[in-house]
Amino acid sequence: MVLVLADSPNGQLKKGSFEAVTYGKKVADAMGTQCAALVLGSVNDAGQLGQYGAAKVIHLNNDQLNNFDSQVYTSVVADVAKQVGAQVVIVSHSSAGKSLIGRLAVRLDAGSVAGVNQLPTVDGGFKVKKNVFSGKAIAEYEISSPVKVLSLMGNSIPVEATGSAVTAESMEVMIPASKVTVKDRKTIDGTVPLPEAELVVSAGRGMKGPENWGIIEELAAELGATTACSRPVADTGWRPHHEHVGQTGVAIRPNLYIAAGISGAIQHLAGVNSSKVIVVINKDPEAPFFKAADYGIVGDLFEVVPRITESLKKYKAAN
Amino acid sequence: MKILVCVSKTPETTAKISFSGTDFETAGVQFIMNPYDEWYALVRALELKEAHGGSVTIINVGPASNDPIIRKGLAIGADDAVRINAEPKSALTAAKYIAEYAKTGEFDLILTGKETIDYNGSEVGGMLAELLDLPYISYANHLDVNGTTAMVSRDIEGGTEQVEVATPIVVSAAKGMAEQRIPNMRGIMMAKRKPLNVIEPGAASDHANVVSYEMPQGKTAVKMIDPENMDELVRLLHEEAKVI
Repeated sequence: MVLVLADSPNGQLKKGSFEAVTYGKKVADAMGTQCAALVLGSVNDAGQLGQYGAAKVIHLNNDQLNNFDSQVYTSVVADVAKQVGAQVVIVSHSSAGKSLIGRLAVRLDAGSVAGVNQLPTVDGGFKVKKNVFSGKAIAEYEISSPVKVLSLMGNSIPVEATGSAVTAESMEVMIPASKVTVKDRKTIDGTVPLPEAELVVSAGRGMKGPENWGIIEELAAELGATTACSRPVADTGWRPHHEHVGQTGVAIRPNLYIAAGISGAIQHLAGVNSSKVIVVINKDPEAPFFKAADYGIVGDLFEVVPRITESLKKYKAAN
Repeated sequence: MKILVCVSKTPETTAKISFSGTDFETAGVQFIMNPYDEWYALVRALELKEAHGGSVTIINVGPASNDPIIRKGLAIGADDAVRINAEPKSALTAAKYIAEYAKTGEFDLILTGKETIDYNGSEVGGMLAELLDLPYISYANHLDVNGTTAMVSRDIEGGTEQVEVATPIVVSAAKGMAEQRIPNMRGIMMAKRKPLNVIEPGAASDHANVVSYEMPQGKTAVKMIDPENMDELVRLLHEEAKVI
């Protein structure tokens, strides 16, 4: 059995979970077994994970699991993994998954690889690849233990809804008391969080000041994209900290990354160079970012960015 | 308060990465203390010690060639250091060695960086916490301690979460925890006299190892587009790149 823990921040199953189940189903197919999804806490419609390939959805709808605690979750996931005879346990490489993967590996005496972005090969040993050195190289790992634990990098695999919803079932599992008390949680509503975003519009110091961000927000709104920024912009408080992408900020791998007025320092590239398509707008033709870009525009971003928004409007009207 | 800070050695951020066979080519590469361990975990540990008293010990798993990096940690202000004399073959072996040492020390706080900039796994903190049966708060952007109660704020998707937890705990440190400190001359001189204890490792098994490396496919040359003609960009994003 392949067991996938479906993340459900704020009681919502999100794209990252659908990707993880899609991935789990493909791993299960390759191994000649089935995929089960595990949902923890109050979540509506856990059975929908059947659409992404889960033959079975286990939903532990217990209020003690509404808040994430790595110690409690590890105990519960490991218990379920043993009960279903999981050979592979998959989590998302999310804030929860990153806290869990090391713990689960120890608890299950399993080999683990964190942040995988490709399907494993299972003939002649279980091997799987991930990006290392902040995207400057790819390493292939071999896991030799009977049980394996993987965390899946977001946007690594397209979601496939090939199955149909199933009826979620429960399971007898001991839930230990949590030692961690959640006091407060603040999240931004209404936008796709950066790690999940497929389209990202980002801007840097070339914007000259926070009052000029309207053109970036307009382009993002037209695209349905999430906004991001470079480190100096977050450090000076022009934009909120959670928008900062790069090595010290959030690492992302969207389908499209549009960068306006960002020179492309190596620390910035480390957080965005796994994006599928990169568009760079900069008035300096020597900006290092152009070397990492797919499409480059040398020009004044205050003219170019609104022009892209206009062209998108025209394109949408015509299609 | 006794604080243990786990520090790793990584290639410097701008280092050129290459491989000879299946080995990482270290010739010509400058190594540094993993920035998240140094800027965030170590500096916050020192700030907490300055506010509450206690001690800060740094621990590294690696060969004697790591000593300059460990000495830098002492120069920034750690009281003493421990080096487990073993190659850190995997996250799990490193975590097992550190846990073995941590069991002897009754530490209130064990800090790591959010991840290393070489293997980007973010696993050692969680492994340590599990091996020591302690709570683990990852990606912390703020940490305060009052008696035996820790108040931690951590990064979650699109926001932050504040939690309270009794020490001892393991915390991984992200941006916001502290600001980088540059060692001063006095610190550098004092670091030479601070204890750096070398411990021979016990046995530690692991289950996951790198078998090969490859370089990412090179980007095709950038396609430059006339800044007056953004219809062309939209067309290419739709028809060629197929991302919109």
